[in-house]
Amino acid sequence: MIEVRKLVKLFGAKKVLRGLDFQAQEGEFVALLGPNGAGKSTFLRILASLSRPTAGSVRVAGFKLPAQAAALRARLGVVTHLPLLYGDLTAEENLRFYGRMYGIVNMSARIGEVLELIGLAPRRRDLVRTFSRGMQQRLAIGRAILHDPDVMLFDEPHTGLDQDACDMLDNVLREVAARGRTVILTSHDLARVEDLATRFDVLSRGVIAASTDRSGLRGNLLDFYRQALAN
Amino acid sequence: MDNRSPAVEQKASSTVHRPSSGFAQAVFAITWKDLTAELRSRELLSAMLVFALLVIIIFNFAIELEPKLRPVITPGVLWVTFVFAGTLGLNRSMAIEKDRGCLDGLLLAPVDRSAIFFGKMLGNLVFMFSVEIIVLPIYSVLYNINLFNPGLWMVILLGSIGYAAVGTLLSSMAVQTRTRDMLLPILLFPVIVPVLLAAVKASSGYLQGLEMTEITPWLNLLVAYDIIFLAVAYMVFEYVVEE
Amino acid sequence: MKPQPKLLTALSILSVLLFLAALAMVFLYAPLEAVMNYVQKIFYFHIANAWIGMLGFIAAAIAGIAYLVKKDMKWDIVEVAAVEISLVFFFITIVTGSIWAKPSWGTWWTWDARLTTAAILEMIYIAYLMLRQGIEDPERRARFGAVYTLIGGLSVPVTFLSIRLWQTIHPAIIGAQSAEAQGSFGMTPAMLFTMFFSLISFSIIFVTLLWHRIRIGQLTNQVEELKHKISE
Repeated sequence: MIEVRKLVKLFGAKKVLRGLDFQAQEGEFVALLGPNGAGKSTFLRILASLSRPTAGSVRVAGFKLPAQAAALRARLGVVTHLPLLYGDLTAEENLRFYGRMYGIVNMSARIGEVLELIGLAPRRRDLVRTFSRGMQQRLAIGRAILHDPDVMLFDEPHTGLDQDACDMLDNVLREVAARGRTVILTSHDLARVEDLATRFDVLSRGVIAASTDRSGLRGNLLDFYRQALAN
Repeated sequence: MDNRSPAVEQKASSTVHRPSSGFAQAVFAITWKDLTAELRSRELLSAMLVFALLVIIIFNFAIELEPKLRPVITPGVLWVTFVFAGTLGLNRSMAIEKDRGCLDGLLLAPVDRSAIFFGKMLGNLVFMFSVEIIVLPIYSVLYNINLFNPGLWMVILLGSIGYAAVGTLLSSMAVQTRTRDMLLPILLFPVIVPVLLAAVKASSGYLQGLEMTEITPWLNLLVAYDIIFLAVAYMVFEYVVEE
Repeated sequence: MKPQPKLLTALSILSVLLFLAALAMVFLYAPLEAVMNYVQKIFYFHIANAWIGMLGFIAAAIAGIAYLVKKDMKWDIVEVAAVEISLVFFFITIVTGSIWAKPSWGTWWTWDARLTTAAILEMIYIAYLMLRQGIEDPERRARFGAVYTLIGGLSVPVTFLSIRLWQTIHPAIIGAQSAEAQGSFGMTPAMLFTMFFSLISFSIIFVTLLWHRIRIGQLTNQVEELKHKISE
């Protein structure tokens, strides 16, 4: 589903990604871990077609980036720590707007479906600026799955959420993933991520320092993480 | 949230979406979104309007508008007002996208980048028209001058188009820099001098009832500017928003 | 970092010599103009500076388009160099023009097409530099710089034409009287020769300065790279 080879990203003279190799099969839920400044967000932005690689090859869902970015976008759902929502519009209007941008048919039915899934149906006519951060994040996920993408990217979606909101978010994440989508999620919250993901990669100093699936996790995730950073 | 089975979400890819949305649909979706949001909050329009009215009132004290001179000075006063009030709209329109990361949301969608440009530009244009429609009657009342002049309106239309085209492009750049709002007038004003000049001369021509031969060169200049810069702005926009 | 190429050193020396020669020609060789006497002599430098300004302007425009097409940073370095040089030389042009205008027309400034457009162009250059100042990321800086060079560059001829449509009192130089111009003078062969000599000298000076400035740009980039290597 996702194939990355020798990915390099430079910001002027600063090398953020240094020949990174990565891959993900269809249906995998990959937790991307790493310290601040390791390049996780940069990597996700490149996969999301929001940023161009300086060198290396990137293929997502069979599309080459950046050449076929336009074709990829319809298959991609992205959630960042910014909500990407318009505060002065209602939840429903936000979804309707993105629905139009993605060319969705059966719009009303689909919007209703999504609102049910994220548990915001009763608030559909409320302005987004009245939503709590947790609700905004859930709506953001709703926006991201509206067009039924095959690949989903989450960049630190738990940021700024309290425990309850995080739990709700995790439920939505599980349902979103259960449909067979390929998911990459970055987070600092190791405990949460341990429950959600099927695979764990550590990005350190611009490359993937370690990668393992559930079965390979001897001991707990924290040890694995620390070990990877120490190398 | 209760225990809901994953089957709530049906696999419906062929009925859920077409591979990419239409160009026109995207443009109007963006414009509609901007207008709806603005109608809700009414922050921008009221700010632009109050600003414009204040400018016009200040002109009364800054420039001696004796009755004989008014037709001569009116186009200048009007256009300076529109240009300055316009920057408020341009700045705000882009700031909304930038602040909540919404620009990324627009870029993630399978739409042509130029559709984003036209969508934003149309929104900016509508804001400018709203201000102009209100300012004109108020000005004519305050200064007792008849502005019910279709020729004048056409000039205002053409001038606003050129202004909005370049303004939308430059505000997309300005909003991504450190100095943001302050930078837009600095970038914009030197570049729209031809619009300002042609619009003022043509407006003046219509208000004074001059012969068309005197006005036409200015109209031609306006139209030429609009065409050139609309074309360039829309082609170059993707370089400004994409990394 | 490569040391200064021999050609550049040679050019630098040549530039200085040519400038001195031009100076000598203007003061010693070119005849005194009947009406304006010594004040007229500033004209040679005024024209030459305007010429360099134009060269810089065109170079910047080409570099901008080249960057957008090729995405190669070296075009960005050329673009900044050209803008800076053009900025300085158009400024000198405006100032020398003013020095000439006061005794000739009794005013430091007029709002004719050429002067006004030059002033607006200076504002565009300054806006350009301020735009670049406000951007950290070098790639974005280069991209935005190129876009603004394009927009600004396109607007300048349009601005010129629109002001021209409005009024002009700039003198017609070579021979023929223009209906609108107030104040013109015919040029003798000696004057023509001096003028062309100035133009050519200043063209060489332009190339030399551009080259030096490009080298500075490259050196600056290298320093940035080294800084990053050290901090890792």
